[in-house]
Amino acid sequence: MKEYINSGSQDTRSGFGAGLAILGRTNPRVVALTADLKGSLKMDEFAAEHPDRFFEVGIAEANMIGMAAGMALTGSIPFAGTFANFATARVYDQIRQAVCYSHTNVKIAASHAGITLGEDGATHQTLEDVGMMRMLPGMTVLVPCDYNQTVAATLAAAAYEGPVYLRFGRPKVPNFTPADEPFIIGKAQQLAEGGDVTILANGHLVWEAIQAAKALEAEGISVDLYNIHTVKPLDEKAILASVARTGCVVVAEEHLVAGGLGEAVAGLLAERHPAPMRIVAIRDQFGQSGTPAQLMQAYGLDAAHIAAAARELYGRK
Amino acid sequence: MEYTPRQIASQVRRDIVRMVTGAASGHPGGSLSSTDIMTWLYFKEMDINPKTWQRDGSHQDMFFLSAGHITPVFYSVLARRGFFPVAELDTFRRFGSRLQGHPCIEKGLPGIHQAAGSLGQGLSTALGAALGKKLTGDSHRVFVLVGDGESEEGQIWEAAIVAAHQKADNLVAITDWNRQQIDGSTEDVAGLGDLEAKWKSFGWEVITADGHDFDSIAEAFAAAREAGGKGRPVMILFHTEMGHGVDFMAGTHKWHGKNPSPEQCEAALAQLEETLGDY
Repeated sequence: MKEYINSGSQDTRSGFGAGLAILGRTNPRVVALTADLKGSLKMDEFAAEHPDRFFEVGIAEANMIGMAAGMALTGSIPFAGTFANFATARVYDQIRQAVCYSHTNVKIAASHAGITLGEDGATHQTLEDVGMMRMLPGMTVLVPCDYNQTVAATLAAAAYEGPVYLRFGRPKVPNFTPADEPFIIGKAQQLAEGGDVTILANGHLVWEAIQAAKALEAEGISVDLYNIHTVKPLDEKAILASVARTGCVVVAEEHLVAGGLGEAVAGLLAERHPAPMRIVAIRDQFGQSGTPAQLMQAYGLDAAHIAAAARELYGRK
Repeated sequence: MEYTPRQIASQVRRDIVRMVTGAASGHPGGSLSSTDIMTWLYFKEMDINPKTWQRDGSHQDMFFLSAGHITPVFYSVLARRGFFPVAELDTFRRFGSRLQGHPCIEKGLPGIHQAAGSLGQGLSTALGAALGKKLTGDSHRVFVLVGDGESEEGQIWEAAIVAAHQKADNLVAITDWNRQQIDGSTEDVAGLGDLEAKWKSFGWEVITADGHDFDSIAEAFAAAREAGGKGRPVMILFHTEMGHGVDFMAGTHKWHGKNPSPEQCEAALAQLEETLGDY
């Protein structure tokens, strides 16, 4: 399989900040709002360069979503940024009514998503956000995998007309996608071609899935590997075609099994092409404090667990 | 001929009563308490043109209904002002209608900028639109109507803080202070207390007026215009009466979300002069 090289680990939230800074210089319609997390969301550059288009709204997320909706409908392209838990669970009804049901062009920038938020613990580690967002009619859900892809996803979100949920994280993770690669919403990104097992992953789990595919290849198991950076709309065609070739699939994500990419794929396959499947995600529990690396290992979100799931499926053939 | 606000309001009240009777559901109480304010807004105060109206509100004043359940009054004033045919009021709350139980934009009804119904959200959206107008150099104003019961929602006060901080002086909020909500009087339910002092302390320019006296309404909006552009958002607190204009609906929470029987409808209409012609 193709070699993927880490050009230097960076946090995906910095990719968002870099993308927002580019947008600030290239698109005068782009505005940014934050609920007292400008630094954490890496919005400093945008805020410094465009103070007239940057809105610090204080620790009041519900109002922020409503304001973003009002700005969107008067022609701005607002990015409303906070931690993923406060960007979803805390303001679900606001997103439902003021953004999705009202069809306003709001971009929700959700940082520190998942277990890798780390030491702050379970109150801040949302593992349900993707599920909540993909349930909402009209919402596009993006989960880019590294710094470069988060830059590109931020630009793609601005260019797309409609509500977008853009999920990214806190820790520094390998940066391996090309800096000039465009982000196509709704298009699965094939990372390896193989005939034995399909592996689908997104976010921080894509790098782990690459490591798993390498290990499996060394054992003679060839992997059809995809980065599903768009959870909604799901690239059904690519997933169905791959599973038709391999006959089995592993899905890996930093989320609860409930509501995540795995269930989205399971729903698709159950209806259209039932196949043996394993979901590498967290099962019906909250997280806890720890370093990102400790937590990924403890909750089974790593290359070893992905490879083990793939081996099991392959062994059943 | 030109109708007076009082004549228009009488017709709007007839529309409200007939709509909720026809739909066998809906919210007459708060619709009737805000009828005079809404009539003045749409026929006297706002710079709007139904012919050139767009959802983005460009080059016109914008109105947001935050208390989304009072669609009977909202739809009536929109229709009477020419945003859509008056005959369409007969479809209120019916399957397939553009006149949904609460305002929505999915059905494309002219005059609606934003969905409402889940309470407490309209002030935030109006604030965003007001700041959006400033960004695009549009000097028009943004109006929003909130209920007093609705003001128990925390998001209202989140928006109150930020609107003052952002100096949203092109934003005019209106409270329909009818002192009733579903479960009883606002004082019995949650003790709203002195709204005037509350809004003042949040840094707003506060105007109080009688929401059923057109001279008082006119003065209040003139004062709001005068206060505009001076660095502070404006709140007009209109003292009103729930169910105003229909004796058996007046002053009680019991008609918040209840439709009259056909006989009650007749009794109500007998108290309200038909002026512009029923739909």
